Amino acid sequence: MTVAAVRPAPGPPRPYHFPAFTGTRLASGVQLLVAPVRRLPVCTLSVVIDAGAELDPQGLEGCALLTARAMEEGSRRYEGLDFTDRLERIGAALSATADWDSASFSMQVMAERLPAALELLAGVIREPAFPASEIERLREERLSEIAQIRSEPRGLASETFSRVVYDAASRYATPVGGSEAAVRALTRDDLVRHHDSFFTPLRTAVIIAGDVTPDEAGKLVEDAFRGWDVEVAPSRPRRGEPATRDDRVFILDREDAPQSELRVGHPGVPRTHPDHFAIVLLNAILGGLFSSRINLNLREEHAYTYGAHSAFEWRRGPGPFTVRTAVESGVTAAAVAEILKEIDKLRQEPVTNAELSLARDYLAGVFPVRFETSLAIAAALAQVVTYELPSDYYDTYRDRINQVSAAEILRVARAQLQPSRLSVVVVGDARQIREPLRGLNMGEPAEVQLEGAVQPASS
Amino acid sequence: MHIPIDTFELDNGLRVILSEDHTAPIVAVNLWYHVGSANEREGRTGFAHLFEHMLFQGSANVEANEHFELIQRAGGTLNGSTWLERTNYYETVPSHQLALALWLEADRMGRLLPAMTQDKLDTQRDVVKNERRWSVDNQPYGTWWERLPELTFPPEHPFHHSLIGSFEDLSAASLDDVREFFSTWYTPDNAVLTLAGDFDPQQARELITGYFGWIPRGTGHPTLPDMSLPRTFGRRLHSVVHDAVALPRIYVAMRSPVFGTREYYSASVCGAVLGQGKGSRMHRTLVREQRLATDATAFTFDLSRGSDLLIVDVLGLPGVDATALEQAVEAELDRVASEGVTEEEVARARALIETQLLVDLESAEKRADRLSMFATYCRDPHLLNEELYNYRRVTAAEVSAFAAEYLGAANRAVLVYLPREAAAELAA
Repeated sequence: MTVAAVRPAPGPPRPYHFPAFTGTRLASGVQLLVAPVRRLPVCTLSVVIDAGAELDPQGLEGCALLTARAMEEGSRRYEGLDFTDRLERIGAALSATADWDSASFSMQVMAERLPAALELLAGVIREPAFPASEIERLREERLSEIAQIRSEPRGLASETFSRVVYDAASRYATPVGGSEAAVRALTRDDLVRHHDSFFTPLRTAVIIAGDVTPDEAGKLVEDAFRGWDVEVAPSRPRRGEPATRDDRVFILDREDAPQSELRVGHPGVPRTHPDHFAIVLLNAILGGLFSSRINLNLREEHAYTYGAHSAFEWRRGPGPFTVRTAVESGVTAAAVAEILKEIDKLRQEPVTNAELSLARDYLAGVFPVRFETSLAIAAALAQVVTYELPSDYYDTYRDRINQVSAAEILRVARAQLQPSRLSVVVVGDARQIREPLRGLNMGEPAEVQLEGAVQPASS
Repeated sequence: MHIPIDTFELDNGLRVILSEDHTAPIVAVNLWYHVGSANEREGRTGFAHLFEHMLFQGSANVEANEHFELIQRAGGTLNGSTWLERTNYYETVPSHQLALALWLEADRMGRLLPAMTQDKLDTQRDVVKNERRWSVDNQPYGTWWERLPELTFPPEHPFHHSLIGSFEDLSAASLDDVREFFSTWYTPDNAVLTLAGDFDPQQARELITGYFGWIPRGTGHPTLPDMSLPRTFGRRLHSVVHDAVALPRIYVAMRSPVFGTREYYSASVCGAVLGQGKGSRMHRTLVREQRLATDATAFTFDLSRGSDLLIVDVLGLPGVDATALEQAVEAELDRVASEGVTEEEVARARALIETQLLVDLESAEKRADRLSMFATYCRDPHLLNEELYNYRRVTAAEVSAFAAEYLGAANRAVLVYLPREAAAELAA
């Protein structure tokens, strides 16, 4: 028996392929993607519609999300609680939501209950009831979320960050769910109009992953959407313009806060950017992994925080690049300085081979782990639909990751990490942090309020 | 539905569970140590969790943080977590990397102490203090999960004190504590190792025996004080917190039968009747009909000794009178306790639970974790395969009987969060 002090070498990798899936457009115009996976008798059913928050009209931000939520209140055939009961009795919990790029309706069901689930879901996609009194309730619930965010440092920091890095006219400046004023202004007619304009066969994709065959799924979906024939309205413009401003450090005061919630970043690039894979690797090395530069620096070296991460948020438009962490109030400015230093360093010199191989090996190696469940596979297919990715996207993913070089990451770091455009948002105790933040030489910290326009620097 | 389960035990007492599934070339490695915050001694609250952090600081043949790096380099995911009764460590790796994951777990089970230093302890102590600030102190309602056990378990009970720990106790933790805790609790005979996914059982056996077999059995550990408790509180407990929150929130905790017992399944179904899904009692009444709340859910803590807790969690709408909300929540509990539940309600709850059970089993990580849980708490991993049956046989009469005994006013601990401004108005 060996008491091995030597770490074991890996065996030969077993072959892995992303689950084969079929993609077809049915007679109704609805797109259907099916990934049969037979492990357990369950399926994930998702309907994804090109009806996201970026299409909200100005002044009515939050329309897409409220519309999606209001659709949980049933169809003309099965309204309100009757609809909920019918779904829950077959063990299906519907999640109806909208993000920037799409509205989505997802549930997981036992395979034998898929036909019933699909019929109920198709009914509400085609003919939602939009009961007026339930819309009022959902509006109140959204307003309570807004109230809740105001006392919650993480959400507050993220929303404030979006408000300062995107132009006020950009949809991205306001949260997906909209501001208080916009949510109050929304009417049932706005929801109906949003549904009528965007919930059309050609903008709709049905995705089923799990214990089902493409033939079965095709028949079920064809039946459920037969005769759905609505005129395609012209789409509203999508909008995501970045802001230009002089202020760069923003404080949202929370008296006696024990920690500062930090956001550092600027608008990034669209999901379809040609350097996508190099940016993914760059971010993994900067702050995407536990062993990333920012986390090891702020957590393991300095013990400033429980964790620090960075992300490029992928959207159709230029979503933000953000470093996020929460640090003890006393080290706020020092933590920001370390983040700036790490960002700058990636622009100065190439990443090491060890870092590059770690990020590559992780991203390529973790691939089969990422797509283990029917829910994860359905979500991956939703990306194919929303961002019009090629059908072999997941088959070539690992090769694309492995082809990125250190030189390419350096080039992309210089192009996509832009120190002169970085904004810093701190939700914390202004008395404690204002002076130290001045010392960063990024200009006078500006105080921001909970909502509304950003005030110019005070003293 | 049947999950394949094979078990064996090493000479040193390490219990091993193997569950094969070759759908994808990945394997989950999951290790439960039967130690949690309940095992902390006086003056060392938070130590079990701080110790969990130390397990990522290297061992005799592994550098600090290298565990993370090696697993991620291998294309794996990993983490650990601490709970009242257990601490778990887990990784999911591509199947050809199984040996690495097992070797890393064995190195820290067998040879942790040579790598422990004062510097590492000081750093992780600060990281954990920041975790406390982030998840408890600077988060609305963040203190609920230490206030509720404090309210519902008597002061001398092992479940009473804070899991994340106080700043004072975290500051007091020493390297000697690390050594003592390790040799007392992190022994093979106090652990369960589960593999779920794509592996060759013969090879897995050999690897496990080779890496873990030499580690000496523990020399015994202090027995916990008697954890048994009366079935109910016997009275209504109540506590109000004025906090920096925007909305009133009410937690009602009820003593309930411990995890894995027949009555536990009735409690769990009752929880789903009350607060799982938008068709549940609480959601229907408080959110949809009375429009007092914005959300209402219910869940069990899944404790295996003494008493479990069934918790109803209701978030009020802005400006709602907290007293009215509290009365409405309790009125609904009264109604369920006195009138019982219907067959339809139980069927709805069971259907939602069934789907959730299946969905959880899709993931090797969760499959492995559930197996470790049944093996640790009930000493029988096969109970995982009986779960569906145990839920299906719960009748409306059983749930009603459960409700009659446990949902009454004499078994409620009510924890109320009030926005500070609203509290000031009340006082005025």
